[in-house]
Amino acid sequence: MPPREGIYGLIAEFNTPAELVHATQQARRAGYRRMECYTPYPVEEAAEALDFHRTRVPLVCLLGGLMGLTTAYLMETWINVWGYPLNIAGRPLFSWPAFIIPAYEWTILFAGLSAGFGMIGLNGLPQLYHPVFNAPNFRNGATSDKFFLCLEAADPKFSIGETRAFLEQFPAISVVEVDH
Amino acid sequence: MATKGPLHDPVVDPMIDPRTGEYAVIAPGHNFKSVTQKIAGIVLTSNTPLGWFFGLMVGAGIATGVVIGCTWLFLKGVGIWGVTIPGAWGFAIINFVWWIGIGHAGTLISAILLLFKQTWRNSINRFAEAMTIFAVVCAGTFPLIHVGRPWLAYWLFPYPNTMNVWPQFRSPLAWDVFAVSTYATISIVFWYIGMIPDFGTLRDRATLPFAKWSYGILSLGWRGSTRHWIRYETASLLLAGLSTPLVLSVHTVISFDFAVAALAGWHTTIFPPYFVAGAVYSGFAMVLTLAIPLRKFYHLEDLVTLRHLDNMAKVMIGTGGIVAYGYGMEVFMSWYSASHWEFFMMWNRMFGPMGWAYWILILTNIAIPLTTLWSRKLRVNVVYLFILSLIVNTGMWFERFVIVVTSLYRDYLPSSWGTYRATKWDYMIYVGTMGLFTCLFLLFVRLLPMIPMSEIRMMLPQTKITPGGATAEIIDQETA
Repeated sequence: MPPREGIYGLIAEFNTPAELVHATQQARRAGYRRMECYTPYPVEEAAEALDFHRTRVPLVCLLGGLMGLTTAYLMETWINVWGYPLNIAGRPLFSWPAFIIPAYEWTILFAGLSAGFGMIGLNGLPQLYHPVFNAPNFRNGATSDKFFLCLEAADPKFSIGETRAFLEQFPAISVVEVDH
Repeated sequence: MATKGPLHDPVVDPMIDPRTGEYAVIAPGHNFKSVTQKIAGIVLTSNTPLGWFFGLMVGAGIATGVVIGCTWLFLKGVGIWGVTIPGAWGFAIINFVWWIGIGHAGTLISAILLLFKQTWRNSINRFAEAMTIFAVVCAGTFPLIHVGRPWLAYWLFPYPNTMNVWPQFRSPLAWDVFAVSTYATISIVFWYIGMIPDFGTLRDRATLPFAKWSYGILSLGWRGSTRHWIRYETASLLLAGLSTPLVLSVHTVISFDFAVAALAGWHTTIFPPYFVAGAVYSGFAMVLTLAIPLRKFYHLEDLVTLRHLDNMAKVMIGTGGIVAYGYGMEVFMSWYSASHWEFFMMWNRMFGPMGWAYWILILTNIAIPLTTLWSRKLRVNVVYLFILSLIVNTGMWFERFVIVVTSLYRDYLPSSWGTYRATKWDYMIYVGTMGLFTCLFLLFVRLLPMIPMSEIRMMLPQTKITPGGATAEIIDQETA
């Protein structure tokens, strides 16, 4: 895909999470929808301000767990009943209680891997290039002590002049353009 | 337990929270920047402390024991060990259970304490998780090399093969393979996912090109987006929820290795809870063994405070109490079951030729820790805690020794009695794994963030958001 040209959005830098959350709430109230907060630790209030509540990670995790349970149980049954039947002290070939333990472990294994990799996948990671890294101040603080709000150009309400004026009414340290 | 008055004057000792009289979880005066600088600085500095090189050298020297011991073992077979009939399970299984037990505190701290919203875990969970993984590495070595023909150990895995030979799922040893490999995998995933945001921080702060590049790859392009954070937190909670039954099941399955056998001293239903509690007990002892020197050498007293040590010591009272109950119940059942064999086993365990091991175990695991840890003064005495953690680790090793050896060497038929004596190769491989553990841990401390920065930031007072968007500068001033 050829690199997209032009501006990705406007990014405002704040010193405190409270200022960020306030600005985000105001931006949403003003009608902006395509925006994102960048914080050095999870700020739940920011997610609320963005109206982002539900994730599909638990569903992926549940499906993974069910898949692990079925896979392991069917595998054990096939192996010990048909694939390689062994008579151990006259025990039944279908020794279902003994099969529970590996099936339980694989339920956890598959569910855990689904939760972990599902989260990475749903987040669109790994993504080693992203426009916000182009903002000159972003990497100085986004992962340590600064709070960023990015209003994206893809938003229909976005206009470089008005949006900049909107962001500058907050006590932001800086408002800069982010290139694609 | 009722909280008594503060040990020191809160006005004099800044580490004491004046509101509660307890030790603070984070020293006052820290902010986002200082925390980040402190933790990232340990990794990103170009001045590696000389002590680190010294430690690595000593660790590597000891770890050669594993290499030499295993080489000789592969050449000659398990006959070089002390295992024989009737003592067919010796150091290999003792060390395996001991090491895997040590790992359990890491998962407990990262999973169960997360679910219970115990924020004090945040300073210690990363290196406790690292401890788990390296302990599992050491543990996993033993089952691999004890099978007699270790190059065929992979037969335990269900994989399609031309011989049409498959594992036997009625055997606890096959369960072990599933439990331990799942445990190792999930621990690594949980550990890595927890580090992704910190890798982002390290990538942004690194100056050397190679460090920038490698932390950049490891961070997967993490940028701290709020939507990412929410999914990340959900995934962390799910992983914690999954690891909690996992950590309980792993040691339960390991206890089944014993409990499923029809042998006096092994065939008991107390084993699963008693093994799990013992695992957590020794695991917390190991976290203390690691945390106390770490906070001293890297000056982390601000972040790993006396509060953490105190709380860990309290967990040890709890789990140690369960272990003591387990010992009591074993003795009680050997009498109450009215089984001649059980009774003889217990008598022999206490007063037989290996009775000394039982009494060492009682002394180091129960008598010393459970009498002294009730004292708050001793719980916050760093030197005492360090010595005690070593004592408990020794005690837990003896517990496994007593369970394995004293049940096996004198079973039902006196004509088949024997004894068990470990050889120098047993000791060499066992001590060698400690060197291996030391090396892995030192590399971790040098290359990866040993305290989760993003989680520490969440605990700072500056995170408070007051309605109306008041800035946190006021709070900043309060804490300054």
